[in-house]
Amino acid sequence: MSQRLATAEPWLCAAPLLAVLAPFFVAPIIVVLAASFLQGDGAGGMLPQFTLDNYAAVFGAGLTWKLYLSTVKFAVLTWALTLLIGFWIAYFLVFQVRNRLLAIGLFLLCTVPFWTSNIIRMISWIPLLGKNGLVNAVLQGSGVIGQPLEFLLFSDFAVVVAYVHQLTIFMIVPIFNTMSRIDRRTVEAARDAGASRWEAMRLVIIPLSKNGIALGSIFVLAIVMGDFFVVKVMSGGGSASVVSALYEDIGVLQYPPAAASAVVLLAVVVLMVSLILRTVDVRRELAR
Amino acid sequence: MNLDATRRPWTFWVLAALFAAYVLALYGPMLCIYVLSFQDVRGGLVFPMKGLATHWFVDLFTQVRTGDVRGGFERSITLALVVTVLTVLGSFLAALAFRRGFKGDGVVFYLMIGSLVAPGLVLGIGIGLLFQWLGLEASWTTSALGAHLSWTLPFGVLVMFAVMARFDRAWEEAARDLGATRWQTTRLVIVPILAPGLLAVALFGFTLSYDEFSRTLQTTGGLNTLPLEIWSMTLNVTSPSLYALGTVTTVASFAIIGACLAVIAVIQKRRT
Repeated sequence: MSQRLATAEPWLCAAPLLAVLAPFFVAPIIVVLAASFLQGDGAGGMLPQFTLDNYAAVFGAGLTWKLYLSTVKFAVLTWALTLLIGFWIAYFLVFQVRNRLLAIGLFLLCTVPFWTSNIIRMISWIPLLGKNGLVNAVLQGSGVIGQPLEFLLFSDFAVVVAYVHQLTIFMIVPIFNTMSRIDRRTVEAARDAGASRWEAMRLVIIPLSKNGIALGSIFVLAIVMGDFFVVKVMSGGGSASVVSALYEDIGVLQYPPAAASAVVLLAVVVLMVSLILRTVDVRRELAR
Repeated sequence: MNLDATRRPWTFWVLAALFAAYVLALYGPMLCIYVLSFQDVRGGLVFPMKGLATHWFVDLFTQVRTGDVRGGFERSITLALVVTVLTVLGSFLAALAFRRGFKGDGVVFYLMIGSLVAPGLVLGIGIGLLFQWLGLEASWTTSALGAHLSWTLPFGVLVMFAVMARFDRAWEEAARDLGATRWQTTRLVIVPILAPGLLAVALFGFTLSYDEFSRTLQTTGGLNTLPLEIWSMTLNVTSPSLYALGTVTTVASFAIIGACLAVIAVIQKRRT
């Protein structure tokens, strides 16, 4: 093979990937960026006139700040809960289940629902959390409460439940992977050197699991920040997110304001992800 | 101080309880809707169960008000299969490229991360507008296909990174030393060794596409994929038909995973 062809080969191999990313990621982002500076004609079209009005509208509206507050609230709550649950489940599987085969079996048990529809998994809370649902029926039957609890379904509570239900797996998988590679002798050495079990956790296991935690956090935060679907269905229309508001704009063909809002959201998500990426070398972590 | 090494610490039982609760919360709600989908005509959205019949499954595929479930189902399966094939090929080639390294691979890597974390609806709107400006018609076979690939392909490449990390280059070098051409090395050594990893990529590609919603919404054109049909059903339909659809899609997912796992098992068996 000629030298020239050999150096071009990796590029040829990467070409299909680029052939997807260029028209379906880079170009659309540029289009959205461009649209955010255009003037709407009030009828779903756009006039080729440069304006900053769309951004002024986004930053000027009190609604924007409310939406971000609500979205960030959901993101932080979901992140904290999925991290808490995901971390302890990964720790349990890696360090406390002694039979390796059993641990892998239990791990797979956690991943199975990932292969089924998210939407279906979300509506599956209806028979449980509804006003006449199973949870209320049991609580009323046992005399704990007199009236059915209304906040269980179509509320912020239900939104968080649905998020945690869907996204904990995104924490478990990377943390499980990172933890599996921790040399157990480091933990034993810490214990032999007099560390309590809690100190071994805090000073050895958590730092060594950092990369998995970072990777999981990126997925969970990016998904919640970009979601509108769970919020819309599970809050029963009571709550909104940045993207659900954006979706309403699109519904009435308000493209330029929606585009400006999208650009701001994109900037926020990129900022969040790059802050996390600073703490971890994802590429090396994956190739380890 | 616990001198008995085989005795489990108290935290084991706490975490075991947490794990059990998690699995229960994971499967419990889904099992509920599978059970409730087999009610008869009197059935509602909550327990108690009313009768035992397949009424809502028939309803699902025959009623107009439940939408074009059959069409959505067929489109989603077709699209997912095409996405799967392209994802496997694309991520395998890209993984080879990243392994050798090339000028600008860092930029391409961050583009991939960007494509993964970008809010799906935003990307969908961008693709929709792009098609509109270019005078092309959005359709599930073009714009939605691209939108799905912008999500499954980077995901597949990341999985391939992890798969490639466990690949021993010595095998490849041995093949070359024995006189194999590059093509023969790829076909007879690299691909067979990576086959289980490639199947894992296929499994991810299929599921992510089959279940994709937010990137599809603005890019599918006039004909809906299944998740979009389910979405509009959640807004309009308040009968156990919804649950019947849940049962049907889950069975379809599991049939496909089962087939994939069976292929992996056969490959592993032939090796030993």
